Amino acid sequence: MTANRTIKVDTLARVEGEGAIYIKMAGERVADVKFKIYEPPRMFEAFLRGRHFSEAPDITARICGICPIAYQMSAVHAMERALGIKIDPAVRLLRRLFYCGEWIESHALHVYMLHAPDFLGYQDVIAMAKDHGDTVQKALRLKKIGNHIVRLLGGREIHPISAAVGGFHKMPSRQQLREMVSDLQWALEASIEAVRWTSTLPFPDFEQDYEFVALRHPDEYPFNEGRLVSNRGLDIDAAEYEDRFAEIHVKHSNALHSILRGKGSYLVGPLARFNLNFDKLPEVARQAAVSAGLKPPVKNLFRSIQVRAVELVFACAEALRVIAAYEPPPSPRVEAPNRAGVGQAITEAPRGILYHRYAIDEHGLIVTAKIVPPTSQNQKRMEDDLREYAAQLAAWPLEEATWKCEQAVRCYDPCISCATHFLKVVIERE
Amino acid sequence: MSSKAKSARSKPKPKIGIFKFASCDGCQLSLLDAEDELLGVVGAVEIAYFPEASRTMLNGPYDIGLVEGSITTHHDAERIQEVRRKCKTLITIGACATAGGIQALRNWKDVDEFVRVVYATPQFINTLKLSTPIAEHVPVDFELRGCPINKYQLIELITATLAGRKPNVPTYSVCIECKRKANVCLPVARGIACLGPVTQAGCGALCPSFDRGCYGCFGPMESPNTASLTSQFRILGQTDEQISRSFRSFNAWSWQFRRASEECERT
Repeated sequence: MTANRTIKVDTLARVEGEGAIYIKMAGERVADVKFKIYEPPRMFEAFLRGRHFSEAPDITARICGICPIAYQMSAVHAMERALGIKIDPAVRLLRRLFYCGEWIESHALHVYMLHAPDFLGYQDVIAMAKDHGDTVQKALRLKKIGNHIVRLLGGREIHPISAAVGGFHKMPSRQQLREMVSDLQWALEASIEAVRWTSTLPFPDFEQDYEFVALRHPDEYPFNEGRLVSNRGLDIDAAEYEDRFAEIHVKHSNALHSILRGKGSYLVGPLARFNLNFDKLPEVARQAAVSAGLKPPVKNLFRSIQVRAVELVFACAEALRVIAAYEPPPSPRVEAPNRAGVGQAITEAPRGILYHRYAIDEHGLIVTAKIVPPTSQNQKRMEDDLREYAAQLAAWPLEEATWKCEQAVRCYDPCISCATHFLKVVIERE
Repeated sequence: MSSKAKSARSKPKPKIGIFKFASCDGCQLSLLDAEDELLGVVGAVEIAYFPEASRTMLNGPYDIGLVEGSITTHHDAERIQEVRRKCKTLITIGACATAGGIQALRNWKDVDEFVRVVYATPQFINTLKLSTPIAEHVPVDFELRGCPINKYQLIELITATLAGRKPNVPTYSVCIECKRKANVCLPVARGIACLGPVTQAGCGALCPSFDRGCYGCFGPMESPNTASLTSQFRILGQTDEQISRSFRSFNAWSWQFRRASEECERT
């Protein structure tokens, strides 16, 4: 008979930001689960008030150093809706390329440097590099190529400076983009190899019945546009988001928990996107997935590392497609005169959907702002998963059970800095 | 310091700890973004505490402590004292740690009202009225500017500290970088408001190179003439409200930019 105990991780490692896991076990029963976010609150939604709409992409980027482009993209699209602006098709295309860069950089970082060490039994990528030097070198090159796209379009990797309401401050030339082709061709092959490599990792048997939520677009794998859909009938426009989703403030977390009204937790991110948009993946990404035995619906959270690798294939192929199709527009952006309005946007950050809503006044100043990051949306689902998983681990030695619970949360690639705008594990066995 | 560099070859590798306070994680990510230098750096030092990258969390003392983020909670105000005690050399990295960050915009407002705007149950939230830089709490050996920092400046700073020499991190303005890149001066040629003349170099004059005015993410240069820039901005047709907002962003609580924005509010 297993004793009552507490699984406790005080500082969850290899995540972005600060959080902790606390699980209280009464024998084989899970008595309590708390995913605590103690990252200090920074209160962006409050200080955005009174700022000009044109400042929103640069200010909200600072919510997260890992996915600043996601913030910039949700901000510009929400503002363009509030202002009634239509963007040039070349801008639309280039924004997809910008997002490809962020997905490649962020997914390469998570797959190889933050997540893979869990499957291979290392404390970090530095220890992993001693035995898997070639793999780590390849990962670094892949990450660098993603960052190169971001730098080319946005000037720098972290908090790039070119995204603007209406377009970009400056557009690259065709030649500048063409220079990326050979690197991207290498990255595409490396990503296909990443799908194969991640398929050899040992996956625990942990399938859950998720409500997957992601954008869906009629013609393409989603970045900036589409309706918000789920595998259980949700099908809404961004403007309806707050009617269907609610944020709850719980004492143990400085990040708000999101729920689907009347339903509860749901899952956003790579698994949700893959399961809801498999048919929109380019042939090369679908092929790579199928050869690795991945077909929707993928319900095992631990397989998210494989799905991220499939999305790497997609992002490289999409980047190559955009580069081939790109023609610089006559002007890098359309003018955005001040006017009062309300605008909402949802875009697909590497970790899942990111919702922004702004109300602006006739001087173009922000009256109210609301931002719901992907990690907030997954937070409740993380606790639900931990409750199930900790019960499965009831008979395991405490130290191993603790490490496994940590791993379950890392599958989400949680971005705690985003969510507070959040990781420690504590398993308490009574 | 030079004796430390010498001993680094014979003795155990110098230990580095990376500590986070209120921030976006971007500055510490700069180290992971140094793809070409990362394995070299981790070969030269022992990464003893870097939770973003590793489960290994060794206790101090540390030879170098890199601190990201600003102080915004009672708990963090105590924690920074402990971090200082454990680090021989303490380096702050980025606008949050060196100037309070964008979250210092609360410093001019009622923080309790801020909490009520964001959180349904304000009594769950424990936060200080001010977001303050690390140097307001403990002595700091070097401040590396930027929102985010420049990764090459970070590598230079780590290398210099290990070698016991002064890091080559210029304190002149962004204008010098623009001239070196032969950029056309945006305020002069096109009447675009630009904080370049009062902002410390380090970004490589990025914004002007992308046809937009500098927004001051590297903070004030050494002895910035903010009063003169304010009058220039007025000549370009900017309102005092707009000028105040320009100074009041990622380095708003640096005393130079703070003074400039408050002067605009007074007029």
